[in-house]
Amino acid sequence: MTLTELSDDKKGGIAWGGSLVGSENPNNLGYRYSTATKRYRVVESTPTSLPSNLQIQFQNREGKELAGILDVPTNSSVDDLNALVHALLEADDKRIPYAFYAKINGDDVEVTDILSELFEHFPDLSTESVLQLTYQPRAVFRVRPVTRCSDTLPGHTEAILHVSYAPHGRLLASGGGDTMVRFWDILTATPKFTCAGHKNHVLCTAWSPNGERFVSGDRNGVWILWDPAKGTAIGKHVKAHKQWITGLAWEPLHANSKCERLATSSKDGTLKVWNVRTQSCLVTLSGHTDSVEAVKWGELVYSASRDRTIKVWNPDRGILVRTLTGHGHRINTLALSSDYVNRVGPFDHKNTKFESEEAAYKAAKEKYEEFKRNQGGVERLVSGSDDFTLFLWHPQESKQPIKRLTGHQQAVNQIVFSPDARYFASASFDKKVKIWNGFSGDFISTLTGHVGAVYQVAWSADSRYLVSASKDSTAKLWEVPSGKRAKGTLPGHFDEVYALDWSPTGGSVATGSKDRTIKIWKH
Amino acid sequence: MPQHEHMERHAKLHGRRFDAEEKERKKEARLAHKRSEFAQKVHGIRAKLYQKRRFKEKATLRKTIAQHNQRNNKHADDDAVAEGAVPAYLLDRQGVSRAKVLSNTIKQKRKEKAGKWEVPIPKVKPVADDEMFKTLRTGKKRNKAWKRMVTKCTFVGDSFTRKNPKYERFIRPSGLRMKKANVTHPELKTTFQLDILGVKKNPSSALYTNLGVLTKGTILEVNVSELGLVTTSGKVAWGKMAQVTNNPELDGCVNAVLLV
Repeated sequence: MTLTELSDDKKGGIAWGGSLVGSENPNNLGYRYSTATKRYRVVESTPTSLPSNLQIQFQNREGKELAGILDVPTNSSVDDLNALVHALLEADDKRIPYAFYAKINGDDVEVTDILSELFEHFPDLSTESVLQLTYQPRAVFRVRPVTRCSDTLPGHTEAILHVSYAPHGRLLASGGGDTMVRFWDILTATPKFTCAGHKNHVLCTAWSPNGERFVSGDRNGVWILWDPAKGTAIGKHVKAHKQWITGLAWEPLHANSKCERLATSSKDGTLKVWNVRTQSCLVTLSGHTDSVEAVKWGELVYSASRDRTIKVWNPDRGILVRTLTGHGHRINTLALSSDYVNRVGPFDHKNTKFESEEAAYKAAKEKYEEFKRNQGGVERLVSGSDDFTLFLWHPQESKQPIKRLTGHQQAVNQIVFSPDARYFASASFDKKVKIWNGFSGDFISTLTGHVGAVYQVAWSADSRYLVSASKDSTAKLWEVPSGKRAKGTLPGHFDEVYALDWSPTGGSVATGSKDRTIKIWKH
Repeated sequence: MPQHEHMERHAKLHGRRFDAEEKERKKEARLAHKRSEFAQKVHGIRAKLYQKRRFKEKATLRKTIAQHNQRNNKHADDDAVAEGAVPAYLLDRQGVSRAKVLSNTIKQKRKEKAGKWEVPIPKVKPVADDEMFKTLRTGKKRNKAWKRMVTKCTFVGDSFTRKNPKYERFIRPSGLRMKKANVTHPELKTTFQLDILGVKKNPSSALYTNLGVLTKGTILEVNVSELGLVTTSGKVAWGKMAQVTNNPELDGCVNAVLLV
C-alpha cells in the first residue's frame, strides 16, 4: 500500500485525529490550522506537479507574524488571501486590499494571481517548507474627516443659496440672494471673481463636467453661462422659462466629448435642453402638469414634478420614454446612482490636468465604464417626496417602482447617492438622516443629532463620511455605515445653513448660510 | 359767449380758417401769461376769491404730478430684489416661524457674570413683607406668631420636600406652586408653554429669590429645548432666562418674556 493509496482512502490531505474537514473534492479541503507536523501529501504520478495544499505564514512588514502556520490550497488567489487576512485581523474596514510578497532567494516577489504561479516561475522553490508571505495594505484613497473651520468667507450681501466645488476641486462657486455669483480660490480662501448679471436670486448652479464652464439659474427664469477662468459671462443672458428655474443638469462628459448640452427645469412645468455654445434651445420637453422640481441627466433625462410623477425622456429625440407614478404627494428630489461619476467626469483626487478634450473624454469614459462594472450596470433612481416616502426605480427597465422606502416622519428634502453608489442618504425635515443600501434599497441606519430640519447632505469622495447641513445652523459629520451619533459637529454659523458641498479631491467642505458667510472646513 | 351750437354749425357749413389750429395753439400758450396778468392786476374781494380758487387748483395739480412721479419711482423699485432669499427647495413652502439663533454666547456669559441684564421691565415696585406674607398663629393658645405663609405664586423644584413642619417658618401653599410659564419670544411674537427650571432673581429681595417667589419682574430660567436653539459653538441650548410680565397670583398663570 503506497502512501497515495492510504491518502486516497482517507480522502487525501491531512489526517485530523479521525475527523476530516472539507468539501467533497479531495483536493480542496479548505482552510485549517495545522499543529500536527505529520502530513500526507496527495501526489499524482508525475513528480513535477504541485501539491494540493501549501503551508504559509503571514507576517507584516515589520516581520511580526499573524496567526500560526496556515494550510491553504495551492490555487488560492489574491482575493482568497485577502479574505483570510481580513478575517484574521478582524478588520472593520474590509475595503482595504492587501498585496502579498513571498520571500524567494532573498527577494520579495509579489503574488499576482494564484500561489501556484510562484512555483511555475521558480521551479526550485520547495513546496515542503513553510512559505513566508508578507502582507502589505495597498494605498487606498482615504479622505480625512473635517473637524475645524479654517476660513470664513464673507462677501455676499444676502443669504447664500447654493455652493459648489468645480469637478477638479480647485475652484468654489457660490450663488446668493443678492443676485451675485462669486468664485473663490480655495488655496488662499480669497474671492477671485464677483460676477453680476442676474436680476433676481440665484437659485441653482452647475459646473460642467470638464470644469471649464459654469451655469447659474435665477428666480426670473434666466440662466447665464460663465467662464470661471476669467470671471465673465459668455454670451447673453438666456431667458429660459417664464418662472423660476428649479434645476440644472449637464450632459455627462462620457456621453459627449463636447460638453455642450444642458437641461433646465422650471416651475412652469417644462424642461428645455439647450446647447450652451450657441445658446439655442434644442428641445422643449413638456408634459408635466405642475412645477418640475428636479432634473437629472444620466443615461436618459429624468424629471420629477409636483404633479407626483417622474418622467423619463430621451433628449436626442425629444420624446417621453416612460412615466413613473407612485408617489402620493409632490416629489422634492431625485438621485441617480451615477450622479457623482457624471458630476466629476474625468477628474479624481490625483489632481490631474488634461491637455486635450480627447484625453479628458477618454478618462471620463474609462471611469464611467469601471463604475458600471462595479455596480452591476443598472442605473438606479431614487425619488423623495412630501408624502414622507422614497421610491427606488430602475427607470431604464420598468415603470413600476422596485421598492417603497418608508420611515421618515416629515417631508424628504434631499437624497444623495454615495460616490461608489453603495449607499444613499436621505435628509428630511424630521431632523433625521437615513442611510439605505444603494442596490436593494434596504434600510441601514438612522443618524440622529440635529435639532432642526436637515436641509442638505454631501458625501466624501471615498464614501466613508457624510456631512449634513441643517436649519439649526450646524453641520454634522457622520461616519458611514457605523455610527448613529455624529462623529463631529461643525458649528459656527449664525443662521440656517442652506448650502453644502464636499470637494471631489476630499480636502475640504464648504457650507453656505443665511448669515451671508461661507465657511470652509478642513481636517 | 355763444349759446347753442351756432359756432359748430357755421364751421360745418363754411369750414374753418386755414390757420385755425395755429391760432388755437397760440391762444392756449398765451393763457398762462393772461392768467398771471389777471392775478397781478385783480384787487379787493375779487382777488381774495380768485386766490382761494387758484390755491385749490394748484393743490390738485401738485397731487397729480406727485402721482406721475410715483409711477416713475415704481420702475426703480422693480429692479430691487425681493427680500427673503430662500433656496429652491424652500420656495413655495409656508415658512414655519422659528426661534432665531442665540446671540454671541461670550457677551451673554459676561452679562451673566456681571449680573446686569437688559430686561424688558427694569424697575418694579418692591413688594413689602406684609403684603407677601400672612402671619399664621400657632400654638395651643394661638399666641405664637412666627410662621409665615406666602401669598404669592412660588416655584419649588421637582425634588422639593418640606422641612419638618414643626420648624418650618415659611409655608408655600401647594395651590400656589407653578411649574410652567407661558413664555413669549419677543422677536417672533410667539408664545410657548415651557417648564420653569428655577428662579434666578426676584427684584424685591434676596429672601424672595431663595423662596422661589414669582412676582412681576422676577427673572426665571426656563427649559427651551423644544425651541431647537443652537449656540455658535454647536451646543444645543436648553435653558434661557425669561422675565415675568404679569401678576401670577391674580391671573393664575405665569406669563414671561424670553430674554434673547
